[in-house]
Amino acid sequence: MTGSDRAGVRVAITGMGLVTPVGTGVEAVWESLSQGRSGIGKITQFDTTGYPTQIAGEVRDFDPELYMDRKTARHVARYCQLGLAAARMAVEDSGLRPSTMDPDAVGVVLSSGAGGMEEIERGHRMLLDRGVSRISPFTAPMMITDVAAGLVAIELQAGGPNYAVVSACASSGHAIADGFEVIRRGDAVAMIAGGAEASLTPLMIGAFCQLSAMSRRNQDPTAASRPFDLGRDGFVMSEGAAVLVLEEMGHAVSRGTRIWGEVLGAGASADMYHFTAPDPEGRGAARAMRAALRKAGLRPEDVDYVNAHGTSTQLGDIAETLALHQVLGERARTVPVSSTKSMTGHLLGAAGAIEAAACVLAMDRGLVPPTINLEDQDPRCDLDYVPNRARPADVRVSLSNSFGFGGHNASLVLGRGTSVNAKGA
Amino acid sequence: MSATNPAPSGEPPDFSELQRMAGEILGVDADRVQLDVSFARDLAADSLDLVELIMAIEDRYQVSLPPERLEGMRKVGDLWEFLMEQHGAA
Repeated sequence: MTGSDRAGVRVAITGMGLVTPVGTGVEAVWESLSQGRSGIGKITQFDTTGYPTQIAGEVRDFDPELYMDRKTARHVARYCQLGLAAARMAVEDSGLRPSTMDPDAVGVVLSSGAGGMEEIERGHRMLLDRGVSRISPFTAPMMITDVAAGLVAIELQAGGPNYAVVSACASSGHAIADGFEVIRRGDAVAMIAGGAEASLTPLMIGAFCQLSAMSRRNQDPTAASRPFDLGRDGFVMSEGAAVLVLEEMGHAVSRGTRIWGEVLGAGASADMYHFTAPDPEGRGAARAMRAALRKAGLRPEDVDYVNAHGTSTQLGDIAETLALHQVLGERARTVPVSSTKSMTGHLLGAAGAIEAAACVLAMDRGLVPPTINLEDQDPRCDLDYVPNRARPADVRVSLSNSFGFGGHNASLVLGRGTSVNAKGA
Repeated sequence: MSATNPAPSGEPPDFSELQRMAGEILGVDADRVQLDVSFARDLAADSLDLVELIMAIEDRYQVSLPPERLEGMRKVGDLWEFLMEQHGAA
């Protein structure tokens, strides 16, 4: 594997933490993804009467007090609770103990697309109903989008570089890319990187309904997210969090920990086209993918699996397909491409991280997760989307795409960990 | 940050209720909330916690703590004393 870059610094993935609509924890999530199980259902978090879209991917039965004390749970927004839960799991999985290390050694890039949206709505209701003096003093820290990163630093005593990257649905793709670069430039030994989202609120769901961006298949929730299928009618919004521990390879190898995988390259670009619609030719997306492969020192034929952004929107699925043709050329005809959003729904600012984890698991388990609900393939989407059933495959290199409103594109190239483990890096 | 229903008008403040509310808001066991206990030192309450607690008390007992008295709220007893004053004045 040619993961080395100019500086020769390689970045391992040594921990993963997942809190999602298809399960909590790596094994539960993998069981769902490998079996093609959807996590989409009716929205229970608020009354959706009158909403054209009444379905979403909720994290059910989440108890924040399993991951933080009661007072902290009261004073942080749900996206922070989910993010801290995933970060704790990831760090535990990695075996790192940031509190015993140099405070500069471990940093956090934990992103969110929308942040504490429910707190904005709650605070605004209070303002309108009862006036400024009844706004909670916690509204400001609860509503902003960067606090999950700060909370993780406090709770895990990780004092390195600390911030959130905000790029809508590409946020956690960019977070992992940034974590990778922070380690490569020597500013931290390890980075806790990922995304957290809890946007299933009356205003957010309503606003996206008004964009006509979301599926209205309310009577058949598990069939609603159907990327690349002719019957698709928009994405399905989900909540959740996914966090990876990225670690300088030498450090990871020296402590003998399990290496799940490797970040080989990352690329980013702008569409320069429209706030919400993708460039119909996928040119911006293609440039991000090319940049990621270039940084990884890999060619299109090295890509064994693509985890597509694949949101199940009319325009997006076609544009991404065109972009993959441009980047992969002949390889596009044979490489398996799947959208795990068909099962998880779209975790917005946490999507890039859950999908990076899906790639890592596909490589680790030798099994490509499917695109479910693909019954009548759109002829304009002409790739091998691994329809409906997981497929055994020898996957050494994965490409993961995340694209966001604003025209933000992030692509990650990830490598298999077992090859590193086998040769001891 | 749950909403608090107002107590029936004229009903005297109930210390056990104050203990319960403070315990929930400050994340401590209610029986640690005693008159001679310091909010900051003993209950680890920062200024934001205290404002949240006072807002809940104001909602519950339909009273209003003048901003200049906030500074003086150091112990649970200070808050209780304020509540009793307000009840006496009603």
